[in-house]
Amino acid sequence: MVNPCFLDALYHQKVYDMSDLLIELFSEEIPARLQLKAAEDLKKLMINGLVDAGLTYSGAAAFSTPRRLVLTVRGLPDESPTVREERKGPRVDAPEKALKGFLRSTGLDRAALEVRDGKKGPFYLAIVQTPGRSTTTIIGELLEKIVRTFPWPKSMRWGAGSLRWVRPLHAIICLLSNEVGAQVVPLEIDGLKASDQTSGHRFMAPKPFSVTGFEDYEAKLKRNYVILDPAERSKMILQEAENQAFACGHELVSDPSLLAEVSGLVEWPVVLMGSIEPVFLNLPPEVLRTSMKEHQKFFSLRHLKTGRIERFITVANRETADQGETILRGNQKVLSARLSDAKFFWENDLRVAKADGMATWVATLADVTFHNKLGSEADRIARLASLSQDLAPFTNADPALAKEAALVVKADLASEMVYEFPDLQGLMGSYYCKASGLADEIAQACELHYAPMGPSDAVPDAPVSIAVALADKIDKLTAFWTIDEKPTGSKDPFALRRAALGVIRLVLENELALPLLTAFSKAYPNTDKENLLGFFHDRLKVFLRDQDIRHDIIDAAIAMEGSDDLMMVSRLARALAAFLETVDGENLLQGFKRANNIVMQAEQNDGVEYSYGADIKFAETDEERALFKALETNEPVIKKAIQAQDFTLAMKSLASLRAPVDGFFEGVQVNTDKQVIRRNRLNLLSKMRSVCLAVADLSRIEG
Amino acid sequence: MTVDVSKSFQDIILRLQAYWSSKGCAVLQPYDMEVGAGTFHPATTLRSLGSRPWAAAYVQPSRRPTDGRYGENPNRLQHYYQYQVLIKPSPPDLQELYLRSLEAIGIDMELHDIRFVEDDWESPTLGAAGLGWEVWCDGMEVSQFTYFQQVGGHDCHPVSGELTYGLERLAMYVLSIDHVMDMPFNNPQTLIPLTYGDIFLQTEQEYARWNFDVANTEMLLRHFEDAEIECNSILDQEQIDPKTGKKIIMSHPAYDQCIKASHLFNLLDARGVISVTERQAYIGRVRALAKKCADAFVLTEAGGKLQ
Repeated sequence: MVNPCFLDALYHQKVYDMSDLLIELFSEEIPARLQLKAAEDLKKLMINGLVDAGLTYSGAAAFSTPRRLVLTVRGLPDESPTVREERKGPRVDAPEKALKGFLRSTGLDRAALEVRDGKKGPFYLAIVQTPGRSTTTIIGELLEKIVRTFPWPKSMRWGAGSLRWVRPLHAIICLLSNEVGAQVVPLEIDGLKASDQTSGHRFMAPKPFSVTGFEDYEAKLKRNYVILDPAERSKMILQEAENQAFACGHELVSDPSLLAEVSGLVEWPVVLMGSIEPVFLNLPPEVLRTSMKEHQKFFSLRHLKTGRIERFITVANRETADQGETILRGNQKVLSARLSDAKFFWENDLRVAKADGMATWVATLADVTFHNKLGSEADRIARLASLSQDLAPFTNADPALAKEAALVVKADLASEMVYEFPDLQGLMGSYYCKASGLADEIAQACELHYAPMGPSDAVPDAPVSIAVALADKIDKLTAFWTIDEKPTGSKDPFALRRAALGVIRLVLENELALPLLTAFSKAYPNTDKENLLGFFHDRLKVFLRDQDIRHDIIDAAIAMEGSDDLMMVSRLARALAAFLETVDGENLLQGFKRANNIVMQAEQNDGVEYSYGADIKFAETDEERALFKALETNEPVIKKAIQAQDFTLAMKSLASLRAPVDGFFEGVQVNTDKQVIRRNRLNLLSKMRSVCLAVADLSRIEG
Repeated sequence: MTVDVSKSFQDIILRLQAYWSSKGCAVLQPYDMEVGAGTFHPATTLRSLGSRPWAAAYVQPSRRPTDGRYGENPNRLQHYYQYQVLIKPSPPDLQELYLRSLEAIGIDMELHDIRFVEDDWESPTLGAAGLGWEVWCDGMEVSQFTYFQQVGGHDCHPVSGELTYGLERLAMYVLSIDHVMDMPFNNPQTLIPLTYGDIFLQTEQEYARWNFDVANTEMLLRHFEDAEIECNSILDQEQIDPKTGKKIIMSHPAYDQCIKASHLFNLLDARGVISVTERQAYIGRVRALAKKCADAFVLTEAGGKLQ
């Protein structure tokens, strides 16, 4: 957005007339995850509204705490400028009706109109002046509108009122201040009057106080135990947590999303460190971390020597006379209760896993519906087992082992730990696999078969894991394609786009030659395979475009036979992209296009196809002969290279055609009176075209 | 500030009763039916509907058959107590009122860290939803604080503020007890001191066994169907009572059947005879009853309808 303040401020307002705006919307506790966006929304809506009303400003900043959304806007003029607008009306000799309409639309009477000379005779001109409005009025109206229509993802009513806010709204500061003094912007929303008053920390400084402007507000808040800026709170927490961890030989396990959340739960952060009871230290570290984070919003501290998570950081919202001792004791106790639960689940699960290698869990999954048209989780496991076995040869995995892995990778869905912490699915499975004595490859497949979940997730590279990870996704895609539940627009409830991207990354990063159509048939023979392949191609385009490969180049590669082998498509596209970057490539492309156009046009005009073998004996010029030679030499090279998927060699071979092709177009006129010669030349170009097309569909390349 | 700390489980209950009584709430008694939470008491569900002001506080014994642990888990029980406060319209200082109630049971605000952490509430069985928080005391969830937005499919106008205290957990915290069964129920200095375990350990075992392994599922299923039929048939009656000639809409008796169905569903769930797919269907059936009861209640005088 262009900030118009600098343009206007210089000529129609003097600097000392400028005012600063302070807004505070004081409410009951705003959910932490909504605070930052709400502050930004407040800023955006206010700034856009001010600019739309013709006001200028020199700067704005928004802040949030659990109980406040705050905005300051600097350098506002006292009023918006008067706008003078000239509007051309009807000609003077136009019918009365037209003039009346014009008067109505401008709100003027005839006497106020001016008459000007135009090319087609004199016409009426209206000069409409909209007087400036006071900034106070503009802000009052704007803030009311913003509060009433604020884009909370979820808002509520309270008491007997009808106003909506994220939680009950209690007070509003709306204050314009300049060097002379501060003035409350008159504003009342459903009985809530704007003032210059707020209060500090809920417990440490609840008494109300008045403020005179943003600096005063921020300073007084700090004195009243509120740090206004969430970034400052985050920084304080992080520094203090790292210091405390370091002091006792630990390191903080970094968790930016937790840090952001915790910063939104406190106005006055006080960092406290505690220890995890020794009896829980043998729980898997992921369980400790997840339990502490999800339930208690604790940070984990890792011991530098043992590498174990042995301590935690909790962030309280206040100082106390006992230096947080009571608070820490309470938190520690809650943690122990939580970890007792986790330990209980862990030990129960281990018992089940050891007893029968997870067969009990797999059996219970027969009662868990995967999708009402696609059967139970147990049905899905049976499909995964068979598909993993079929895919194993493509990933270099032992088919029997892949099948065995697929039979247990979902077992942990029935475990108590995963019921409690769904995020640990897969990972818990790997622990339980190891406990039940299954092969390491199987344990690893449990952990990794969901991967990759996102575009930046690591991709498994162990053969069994790859086979099951592919099967997991291909089964899902073919299954939902079969019951016609495809993603549409922004709707993708079963995360099928993510699944397809997962397959793409598994194939490309492991360089697998996997014919997808074959894989689809093995999973769900009746699925619309071509349509699903098209979906994959679309996802591949998105994926490769992010790596700066143009869509037309990908199209040229996809158009080739065997394009269900994504590795082939990707390698061809990359080689082609690199080739087209070179001078030879660029020129050959132009030569191809020229040849293609000439042949197509001739074929259209003559109504014949020029695909008969050209004959060198009809060549009249050296250039023709050179091209004949070059094609003769290169055609078998290219054919072989393509068969071997050696696209670099194919491109190199194409590159060597460039000079003879260029030479041909420079020295040879295709159209000649001698029809035999003309036909021979067209056939030669057609041959050159087909040699190029054997590499990639260059006709799809733009430019 | 010196704080007078509670000494027993019942001390905490009595103090909450006295506190909310002093704030003007009608102190009601528990509802005499099995429910899963204090919210199911008609003093909350039905009274949160309609325009008439309301202020009530009560203890509600609550049953969650699946949570039974034979009395062994330090803080999980299939039968426990909730303290429930419902005020309509929600007063502007409800947060303050709530915090003072914590002080009343002996939580020193100067030493503890009280936090309001986002937790929107939704009851698919009641067709109800609200926005609010779980309240944390030193990282321990001690209450649920909710502004009702919808109950039984009806938008709440005015909005009720609902407070739910998990009494055992709160008391264990205040009294520094690690296992619920060790908690003093009455004054430990008295002639016959009783712990929570003296009163409830045996019942937890008995009910856990019945809930999980013995309850006759065919009978429960039949009773579920019966409750559903009865609820519908009550609400299908003419509004005018042919005997008295008065308009009597029987929203409360119907709602009793809805509560019954809900509890029977919980028992069936604990017996493990309800599959994942069926689960949604059962919840939907109970919700349909709750909605119908709410529809009926808003036509009554207590529901704000001018007669």
